[in-house]
Amino acid sequence: MVNPPNDDRAYAAAEAVALRSRGKLIAFLAAQFGDVVAAEDALSEAFVSALAVWPQKGCPDNPEGWLLTAARRKLIDHLRKNRETSNDDEPEQLADAMIDATNDEFPNRRLALLFACAHPAIDPAIHAPLMLQVVLGLEAAQIASAFLVSPTAMAQRLVRAKTKIREAGIPFRIPERNELPDRLESVLDSIYASFAEGWADATGTDPARRELAGEAIFLARLLTQLLPDEPEAWGLLALMLYAEARRPARRTAEGEFVPLREQDKTRWDWAMIEEAEAALNHASRSRRIGRYQLEAAIQSAHVEGARTGSASWSAIVSLYDALAQLTGSPVALINRAIALADLQGPSDGLAALDAIGTDPRLESYQPYWAARADLLGRAGSLAAARHAYQLAIGLESDPAVREYLRRSCNDLPETR
Amino acid sequence: MQYLLALYMDESGWGRMTPEQQQQGAAAYTAYTQALKSAGVLINSNRLQPSPTATTLRTTNGKTQVLDGPFAESKEQLAGYYLIEAPDLDAAMQWAGRCPAVQHGIVEVRAIWAM
Repeated sequence: MVNPPNDDRAYAAAEAVALRSRGKLIAFLAAQFGDVVAAEDALSEAFVSALAVWPQKGCPDNPEGWLLTAARRKLIDHLRKNRETSNDDEPEQLADAMIDATNDEFPNRRLALLFACAHPAIDPAIHAPLMLQVVLGLEAAQIASAFLVSPTAMAQRLVRAKTKIREAGIPFRIPERNELPDRLESVLDSIYASFAEGWADATGTDPARRELAGEAIFLARLLTQLLPDEPEAWGLLALMLYAEARRPARRTAEGEFVPLREQDKTRWDWAMIEEAEAALNHASRSRRIGRYQLEAAIQSAHVEGARTGSASWSAIVSLYDALAQLTGSPVALINRAIALADLQGPSDGLAALDAIGTDPRLESYQPYWAARADLLGRAGSLAAARHAYQLAIGLESDPAVREYLRRSCNDLPETR
Repeated sequence: MQYLLALYMDESGWGRMTPEQQQQGAAAYTAYTQALKSAGVLINSNRLQPSPTATTLRTTNGKTQVLDGPFAESKEQLAGYYLIEAPDLDAAMQWAGRCPAVQHGIVEVRAIWAM
């Protein structure tokens, strides 16, 4: 009979390695064999073996190495079975090549896996979920709930993407210098999409989403370590740190929404803000501006405003100008109009909102109507402000924000 | 790995070109094919007769039916293909991107099912 305490220890050890190392072991195996699905299956089997063997023989000194060797054997068996004419030498050569791999290689393999997940040949909509599952090891059900998709649909889309990686021969490698900017952009975008899903859960009560923000920051840190000369990677890290630092102040104890200008600054995480400032400084040294650096610079200007008590609205307006020019995004133009209102008054802000034009997407875009409502209220066009508030409330899905908009609308002066 | 680059294009375009433009177009394909050959990448390549010459077969209710014309009626039709050898999809995509068809049509990259 197996000794129960020993059994527990082995189980705990296997679980700890699973949590800590799953991502990098998958990255290593998938890159070696060009097959994410087979790598995941082999590693799962290796974990099962560990639970059977470790209680009997004790935990190995190098549990990761043990799991890697076990998974590698299973993968090679799997390859042999699937090969009509089996070549006995080749798998052994592969095995030798893998034993040579040192720990230093792991982060690079992981990065290569990120680039495979955000490959242009894969539907951009699945980049972020794929990255979360393959690189970070999140469960399909967990990802599905974060992205508001049914677990079955998410699982199917993930399997389809992983099958395409294998069958279409999508490589696991860090792109060459000349193609890096384009390819890096889609990696950064999927990291930011993961963060945004986590950020949407303001109170951090949904564990699946809370984790997404942290994991996204972890991946951005990894990117800056491995590609230290890429300013946009630093810019993205800075942007997410600025946002994350304000998480504790985004809601009152009662769960009420608090807009940026009314937040209790002492509840911001100032150590995290300092790290963000340092990352942004590092980015600006390369003198290659980009979307994430601009967005981080806007955050930095807001923080500076909070520190000194008066924000530099003209600087913020010109940063939004640059951002709108770079991305052509109506969202940047809306935010520019809000900043312009603070600089020159609400009627100039409203004129800027009108000038954005008749992009039909704006009709159903909550921040557009919320901005309009606020500026109309400040300009004294109360009936129009109430109408805009109604639309903004109708378009908002977060109950706390909805409640805040309802209160703002009620706080408008009476019309006579 | 082997990849098929399937070239789809609007067949009426060729007829609307001047003889000089046709000559230039053909020269671009010749140069591309030569580049694939010199790089040792090309396995096989062919231009197809226009899609109205296609004949389509399928079985309905146990009876084989023969139809005059291509399987799908659409503006862009399969016009030719290159079968190439490439280490991975990135390399295949790089070759596909150099194909003249990308400028005036569509190139679909498909991996060959390895037996």
